[in-house]
This record gives sequence, C-alpha cells and structure tokens, in this order.
Amino acid sequence: MLTEPALTPAQRDDLRSVAAMIIPASSEYEVPGADDPKIQADILATLGRDTRLVAEALDYLARLAGKPLAELDPARREAVAKEFRATGGGAAATLIRVVLQCYYRDDRVLRSLGLELRPPFPLGYPLEQGDWSLLDPVKTRPSMWRRVK
Amino acid sequence: MNEPVDVLIIGAGASGAAVAWSLADTKMHILCLDQGGWMNPAQYPSTGRDWEARFFGDYSPSPNIRERPEDYPINDDNSPIKVVNFNGVGGSTIMYTAHFPRLHPSDFKVKTLDGVADDWPIDYDTLAPFFAENDRMMGVSGLSGDPAFPPTEPPMPPQPLGRSGALLGKAMNKLGWHWWPSDTTVATTDYEGRARCINLGHCTPACAQGAKASTDITYWPVALRAGVELRTHCRVREITTNEHGFASGVVYYDKDGVEQFQGAEVVVIACNGVGTPRLLLNSASGRFPNGLANSSGLVGKNFMFHPYALIYGYVDEATDSNRAPPTCLWSKEFYETDRSRGFVRGYTFQFGRGVGPVMEAVMSEAKGTLPWGADHHAVFRRLNGHRLSLAAICEDLPEEHNRVTLDPHLKDSHGIPAPKVDYTIGENSAKMLKHGIARAKEVLAAAGATDICVNCPVLYGGWHLLGTARMGTDPARSVVNEWGRSHDVKNLFIVDGSVFVTSGGVNPTSTIQAIALYIADQMKRRLADLLD
Repeated sequence: MLTEPALTPAQRDDLRSVAAMIIPASSEYEVPGADDPKIQADILATLGRDTRLVAEALDYLARLAGKPLAELDPARREAVAKEFRATGGGAAATLIRVVLQCYYRDDRVLRSLGLELRPPFPLGYPLEQGDWSLLDPVKTRPSMWRRVK
Repeated sequence: MNEPVDVLIIGAGASGAAVAWSLADTKMHILCLDQGGWMNPAQYPSTGRDWEARFFGDYSPSPNIRERPEDYPINDDNSPIKVVNFNGVGGSTIMYTAHFPRLHPSDFKVKTLDGVADDWPIDYDTLAPFFAENDRMMGVSGLSGDPAFPPTEPPMPPQPLGRSGALLGKAMNKLGWHWWPSDTTVATTDYEGRARCINLGHCTPACAQGAKASTDITYWPVALRAGVELRTHCRVREITTNEHGFASGVVYYDKDGVEQFQGAEVVVIACNGVGTPRLLLNSASGRFPNGLANSSGLVGKNFMFHPYALIYGYVDEATDSNRAPPTCLWSKEFYETDRSRGFVRGYTFQFGRGVGPVMEAVMSEAKGTLPWGADHHAVFRRLNGHRLSLAAICEDLPEEHNRVTLDPHLKDSHGIPAPKVDYTIGENSAKMLKHGIARAKEVLAAAGATDICVNCPVLYGGWHLLGTARMGTDPARSVVNEWGRSHDVKNLFIVDGSVFVTSGGVNPTSTIQAIALYIADQMKRRLADLLD
C-alpha cells in the first residue's frame, strides 16, 4: 500500500500558522486554538488521503506569502490568508476542512461546547416525542393527492 | 468451471436483494454476484470519535472520493450534480437517509395528466401490493392518514417529532401548508431481529445499531436461508450471448482478480441507473454492436437525478442537531401540478433536524457564515445545534441528452471502462428549484430562522440514478417491457432504477424495490413461458 508523503517542516509551520488564524485560542471560552500541539498532532496523524491536497494548499500559501507565514506582519498575513481563502480552490477547502474536523473533535473543545466526549454508538441520544397535537390541523385537511382515474 | 445456474442476479443492493428473496420460493438455483463484500457494522463511522470526518473519506457518498476497492470511478465532470452511491452487499441502502416515500399515482401518468414525458406502462395500483410487501420486509415507520397520499399502513409508528420537527411543524401550520411525519426505514420498535433506533443521528453513512434497514440485514438473511447463493467481490465485466441472441451468462473477475465465466438461464441486472447502462454498453458484441438490449438506442439515455435545493437557517431554540435521524418530516404541498407556478409536476420538501459540529463548521465556513479569527467561537456557538433545514427534491423529466456513456479513457481497477455522465438541469426543473427555494425561505422565516443559506443544486446530491433503461410497451421507445424483460434479449431482465420512465419527486428506493418485487412476481407467474 502506498503511503502519502509527510509534510515538510516548512509546510508544518505554515499549517500551524494558518490554523491559528482560522481558530485562535480563546480564554473567554477556555479553548485552545487550532495551532495547539495536540490538535496539530491529530491533524498530521490523520491526514491520510488528504495529504496531497493539503500539501498543495500549503505550497500555494507559501507562494502567496513569499516567506513563512509566521514572519509576515499581521496586516500582510491577513491579506495573504484572505487571498488564500478566495483563490485556493479545492486544495484550500481541504486544508480548512481538515483543521476544522480535528478541532471539533478535541476533548477540550467539545467540553466547552457542552458536548459529550464519545462517539454516537453505542449509547445514542434521547429524543423527545414532541407535541403531536401540532398535526391536528393537517389531519383535518381534505385529501389532496391527484386522482388519475 | 462454474456450474450454470437458473437465475443470475448482478448486484446485491436494493433491487437485487428484493428479487433474490422473491424468486427464492421457486427453488430454482439462484446466484447473485456483487462487486463488494459484506459490511461490518462494528466499523461504521458512528462507532468512533472520527465519525464526522469519515464522511469526507472512506464513507464519503461519492465513489470518486471514497475509492474503496469495490468502487468504480465515474466521470461526472460534465454534470452540476455528482453521482453518489455505495457498493457492497446492501448497495446504496447501506448509505442512504432511509427516507421512504412512494411515487404518487399521478407520477405514472405524466403524459396523460400534464402532457410531458411519457406515461409508465404500469400504475400505482399495480404496484400497491408490492409497496406493502416491501414495507413489511424493509420495516417502515410512519403514520397512516396522510391526506397527500393514498392510504398506507406502515408497520411501525413514526419517529418522534423531536425539537426540530416540532419547530418545523409549527412553521408549516403558520403557513397552512401540508406536512406529515415521513415514512422511513428506521425501526422505531424492535423489528424482525433489528434493534430499535437509539438516535445515533449519523444515519446516512450506515447504521451501527442496525435500526436503519439496509438489504444486507433485511432481505439477504432471509434469501440466503431460502437457498440463494451470494458470491461477493465478484465484478461483472460483461454479459455474454449465444447464437440465438439469448444471454448465456457473464464474465466476471472473482475476489482474486481471476477471470471467470458463469453460465445462466436467466440474467437479472440490478446495478442502478449508472451501473446498468455501463454493463449493457460494455456488453457490446458482433451480435449487439451498440450494446446489449439497445436496439432502441436508449440505453444510457434519459438519465434523471432529483435536483436538490438545500435551504437552511438558524433559530434561537436548540434543535435536535445530529442527535436524531436526519430526516423527520415531509411536505407534499407543492407535489402535484399547479400550472400557475410556472412549471409542471412538483417537489417534496424533506425536512432535516440539523447536523453535527464538524459538519456545521465545515459547511458554514465554506458558506462564509463562520468567520476566521477571534469571532469564530462566538459565531460557532450561535450556529451549532441551532440549524433547521429543508430540501426541495424536484421531479426531473427525461431528456435524451442527459445520458450515461462509456468513458473512452477512465477504467476501474479491473480495467473495465468506467461510466461517463453528461447532464444538465432542464428548464422545468430549474423553475421548480427556484420555486422551492422561495417557499423554503418562507418556512424558515415562519420558524424564526435567520442567516438563511441556500445550496442549489446540492453538488454531491446525485443519489437517485434513474431512467437509463426505461420500461415501455414500444420496443422503439423503451429498453424493457412492462414487466422488466428486455425487448431484445428475452432472458434478460432489469429491475433497478434504470427502468423508471419518469422520476417523481420523491426518494425512489421504495418504488425501486416495489418494481423489483413486481417484476419477480411477473417472472414467477410466467415461468412456463418466460422466454417466449
């Protein structure tokens, strides 16, 4: 089985920088940023089939920035990020999705959102019946399907 | 050398399983070949913390993204809607929302009623007993008494309304529009060995609980006990014919990639609206130079999706989000033709309860609703768990230029030419989508939703693959007759969505399976002179 090549150190640095721009840490919500080491490790460990497109996105980002993203002044970094998001196509969308999907399964983030730290199976979730009397006015409607004979 | 069989079914999905089960009581030697294998529910996405991420990977609905060994590539570059499916025992019933409406009586008479497309050679009443039988076999939950449909008797009660359903029901009542709890194949009680739904929520990419009906856990166990043989990881390359113009069997690649021949007295194709024309076109020979069963030239033509428009917004109240089956209600308010709307035929609204956090983040970021930077957290907390959605599922009319052909370059892992889809959304469908979007915005406004977004057409929304080997009584205008037999090859049957003459405006699985059971019943009734 072919394995995807890992990201270069420069690509990893830019990935960390852009992840922090997408989701910075927040003391208000007591959550890490997407540049957090555990989240970054999760991203790198699970890139798998997305590695090629993420690498492509990072190469494009590097071309826009001209140097490591972290070394740009904040205004220039913002401008590069905006350009990257607007023109990066499917590769940029993949990179962003990978960051989001790892961020929103992190224990600290889920805890802050009030979500349980578990997969759906096997416990599932409770679901209230809801107010079935809402259907009463619909039940009184005359038949409305079109007859064909 | 494989022993010849009486009946060879190609494909173990929605329709193939139903036919296999129905024919089993003939005691004929029945063999089904499927290119995939048995699924292992212990490995389904909802069992792991990466449950949402896998929707973008090995449980993507798109075979081109998923790239499992049993998948074949599809060139759908020339289509604004991408083909989605699943390959394996159970087929796309492994990966569907379990929404289970039937085609309406009017759907079978569109030419007579509205002057478009063609009437079907069969009608709703003909299929009614097979719909009921299929509801029992698949296990349908729902509520009798829908004023928008002829009487039905779902064997299980409907899914709870939940918070999302109640919010949507109230909104529909404000507008005075029809709504009703959906028929679904999600078991709301323990049913025929299946455990009841526990609201894993992530229903579409397979149900780890086994509450959602897929044919690997409904029809197949019964069919196998009745003596049907199912051979997995066997990909059929072509159907062969003999000097009399009859199908003689198939050439396939077995699980080890070894080419095999399997002889059969009768061949039944159940490969869906893309896989079936692909197989027929790949079965071209000196005797059938334009592809098998294609004297009409219509194999692969009249391809229909259901164009979807997804409209969603956010309410202050908490919704059920990902913690319940995704679809809960339908509305047929705009289903039947009303020419004052500017189009004929109509659409169903399919209501959604919400999505999980990763899906919310990914969709909202892509839409520009969820910002980067410091505001991200506050906005996400306002969106997550507050989404209400509805989708207009629009009837597509058959147009010959919408078609499935063979790609001249693209091939699957066995070197078999892959299908190519050319498709554009027709004028009538485009008007219908526009109408559906406008009405859906009214629904969401009535529910108090804000930040309303529209995805139209839904890019990866090509679930329903229909029309590419249509049924009819005229061999010049159809591929199979009114009971599913090829006009050209008298021991060849097609039982999947390919045979649809028109698409209706509902999810088609219930109708596909009812047709498969009807065709199997016709075969049994005609056994003595089946090939005359």
